[in-house]
Amino acid sequence: MKPSKRITFNRRSFLKTSALASGGMLIGFNLFNACKPDAKMPVDLSQLNYNDFNAFIKISPEGKVTIFSPNPEIGQGVKTSMPMLIAEELEVAWDDVYVEQGKLDTKNYTRQVAGGSQSIRQGWEPLRQTGATARQMLINAAAARWGVDASECTAKVGVITNSKGETLGYGDVVLEASVLEVPEDVTLKDPKDFTIIGKGKGNVDIDKIITGKPLFGIDYKEEGMLYATVLRPPAFGQILVSYDDSGARSLPGVIDVITIGKKVRDYQESGKWNWSMKMSNSDKVVVIAKTTWDAMKGKSAIRATWKTETPLESSGNHDSILLDLLNGNEFNTMRKDGNVKEAFTSADKVMERVYESPFLPHNTLEPMNFFANVTPDKVHLVGPVQTPQAAAEVVSDLLGRDIEDIHVEMTRMGGGFGRRLYGDFVYEAAEISNAIQKPIKIVSSREDDMTTGVYRPSTKYKIAASIKDGKLTGYHLKEACVNGNMYGSIPNFFPAGAIENYQVDTANYKSNITTGAWRAPFTNFLASAEQSFFDELAEELGLDRVQLHMDLLDKVKKNPDPKIDYSPERLQGVLKLAVEKSNWGKTEAGVYQGLSVYYCHNTHVAEVADITMENGVPNVKKVTCAIDCGIVINPLGAMNQAKGGVIDGIGHALYSDFGFSNGIPQSNNFNTYQLIRMGQTPKVDVHFIESNIDPTGLGEPTLPPVGAAVANAIYKATGKRLTKQPYMSNMNVSEKVLG
Amino acid sequence: MPTFTLKINNKSHTVEADMDTPLLWVLRDQIDLVGTKYGCGIGQCGACNIHVNGNVMRSCLLQVSQAEGMDITTIEGLSENGDHPVQKAWKEVDVPQCGYCQAGQIMTASAFLNNNPSPSELEIRNAMNGNICRCAAYNSIEEAVKVASKKIS
Repeated sequence: MKPSKRITFNRRSFLKTSALASGGMLIGFNLFNACKPDAKMPVDLSQLNYNDFNAFIKISPEGKVTIFSPNPEIGQGVKTSMPMLIAEELEVAWDDVYVEQGKLDTKNYTRQVAGGSQSIRQGWEPLRQTGATARQMLINAAAARWGVDASECTAKVGVITNSKGETLGYGDVVLEASVLEVPEDVTLKDPKDFTIIGKGKGNVDIDKIITGKPLFGIDYKEEGMLYATVLRPPAFGQILVSYDDSGARSLPGVIDVITIGKKVRDYQESGKWNWSMKMSNSDKVVVIAKTTWDAMKGKSAIRATWKTETPLESSGNHDSILLDLLNGNEFNTMRKDGNVKEAFTSADKVMERVYESPFLPHNTLEPMNFFANVTPDKVHLVGPVQTPQAAAEVVSDLLGRDIEDIHVEMTRMGGGFGRRLYGDFVYEAAEISNAIQKPIKIVSSREDDMTTGVYRPSTKYKIAASIKDGKLTGYHLKEACVNGNMYGSIPNFFPAGAIENYQVDTANYKSNITTGAWRAPFTNFLASAEQSFFDELAEELGLDRVQLHMDLLDKVKKNPDPKIDYSPERLQGVLKLAVEKSNWGKTEAGVYQGLSVYYCHNTHVAEVADITMENGVPNVKKVTCAIDCGIVINPLGAMNQAKGGVIDGIGHALYSDFGFSNGIPQSNNFNTYQLIRMGQTPKVDVHFIESNIDPTGLGEPTLPPVGAAVANAIYKATGKRLTKQPYMSNMNVSEKVLG
Repeated sequence: MPTFTLKINNKSHTVEADMDTPLLWVLRDQIDLVGTKYGCGIGQCGACNIHVNGNVMRSCLLQVSQAEGMDITTIEGLSENGDHPVQKAWKEVDVPQCGYCQAGQIMTASAFLNNNPSPSELEIRNAMNGNICRCAAYNSIEEAVKVASKKIS
């Protein structure tokens, strides 16, 4: 093994060891923050303390390795890929590694979060350092036993070998290793020596998934646990006045009906704020029952009276409000280069388009649910949440309990897509269990889930560009959005740096509808808008679409802009690869292609959609997807993320629609809300750029570009520019394929 | 409350439940067979698919009172050791992302292949169209059905 990188680190920041009472060695580390200087390691596995360390490696005397993976698993694959990084440097066989989901119970670290496609990017160095440190300690222990210098020993597949050819297994030396000093510098492997990273590894939970073992939050049970359903206001803007629970109480399975909401209201009124709390401040009616079905039936039997407290909003109003904002003068300027106004005044031609998108629910297939057991001793919370730390902090405040009393366990999640960043269901579960002092599991129905969501906000963009002497001289992007606006780095994405006069402005309308992050926030629609606009722009300029991008990116390369957030070289790389692999421009008759190239979440992607038209309905046959995410950790998982992102993006761009009428969501289940199904899916052909650059995430980046790739292909087929999503609703065709 | 005797995975279970209780919730809450998943409750998503007398059915739409006397198989009973050809294919292709819908997908695919061991691509796409995968792992599901078909035929 050729040493590649010698790293010195602050030992306090991540590693301690101890000998376990049950035998074996335990290594604790803190992935994203410093450990307390006085942090102690447990000698018993039941005492794992996630306050001081958020992840652990256990090596048994038999040489078996257990990795307690710290970050939440929502289907993005980190429960497999993060332990792969440790196992690579630890030098163990992947088949000998057992992965368990780590718990959360802390106020001491910063990023035990699934979101923003950042787990791998941020875990890349620390996880490998941890594995390498453990490996070095095991080698040091073996060297000490042999009385030789550690530099004469090597480790491979869990076996240490010295220069005489003698060997010791990891299990043989774990106890000695566990009491050694933690080395302060270790050597990381040369990427060309990787045996696990870059090799496809199957999902670590696969056997449980395919045999139906309990795994998800909704599967979690404890002795004596009761089920709770929550009746929330039917319209955004309404609050509870009164209710009649006699019907519910007469049902044999119903145990109690209570009201919650006060804890949340007190929290909000005391001026406390946590970004993860996006929920109505109304009282809510809770039915507590013996089974889920009893609780659901009980909820249906409640007769509640609601009153309107804040205006009941409708999508028609949102549309005109957002359009007025786009046409108005009240903007927050996010980036301004040159002088767009002047460029537009002196232009030969100014092009302008408005792009529109609806609200979207997340629709994780596992509806929101959470277990809570509040007792005088502790608050035990178990379930699917992307942000366990925020959940623990808010529950501590809500119930007036010490943070040390709050114990959060994460289950595998039946999808996240951003919805489980918000902990409303955790806070409700905690308030219910606190009120009745019994273990309960809150379970949402699909209808609850879809109608009391934290939605992707409806957003509109107006893009204008100026052309003079056949050249693109100015570009002005305006965003009008419900509640929030694009985050700070987006204005530095392409085409920032490529156009002399460039400006990004935002405006928003404050609504009482709860909105939040949805897979690839903002870019999930912005990419569709911009990459459709560039298609039109290329046509107007009389340029090949690919050429326009290559030229603009060449300009960025010649005039480097330190503020831009993307690499023009890497965008050109994926563009070329997509063009090559898709046979761009060389399709058979009847097949129409559209292109889109986009950077977000630190990853560069280009996509080409091939469509055919059948009876006026577009049929997406194939999507070629070229990705530069640096080193690919787990090609199997990466492929799954990439393909899923593309098809998810097509589904929501083409079919999924959501709106409000007088505050009431207009769909509540999959009979009226369309999610993409197999019959509508293309084959996704994924190609990764070979790279030695540090890895970036894949949970989100393949989704944003695909909407425009499809819209641009539809334009080629029909001559119609689609600007409003879902595109199918705006094509005068009605293809509803429901189960 | 009435009692019902159900034959599930070749074992007899007696449960007490309201007549209109969907079999889904009896399986999950009362018999501890939580592999069958709740997704929509109205027969749209297929997450709750089981086999009833060898045919695939939505357990959210089947009332417990209708299920007596039927031969019911859930994901837990599809094979002894998780080695049904469809399960093996799912593992080989590494289908799941979040994994929540996969039990339903596997139950649909296994009943379908039982009747049509060598289906065409179009037949596979039609057969699987009633199962939603929110992670959109559809390419892998389709491939895994093909792999399973090769194992069976």
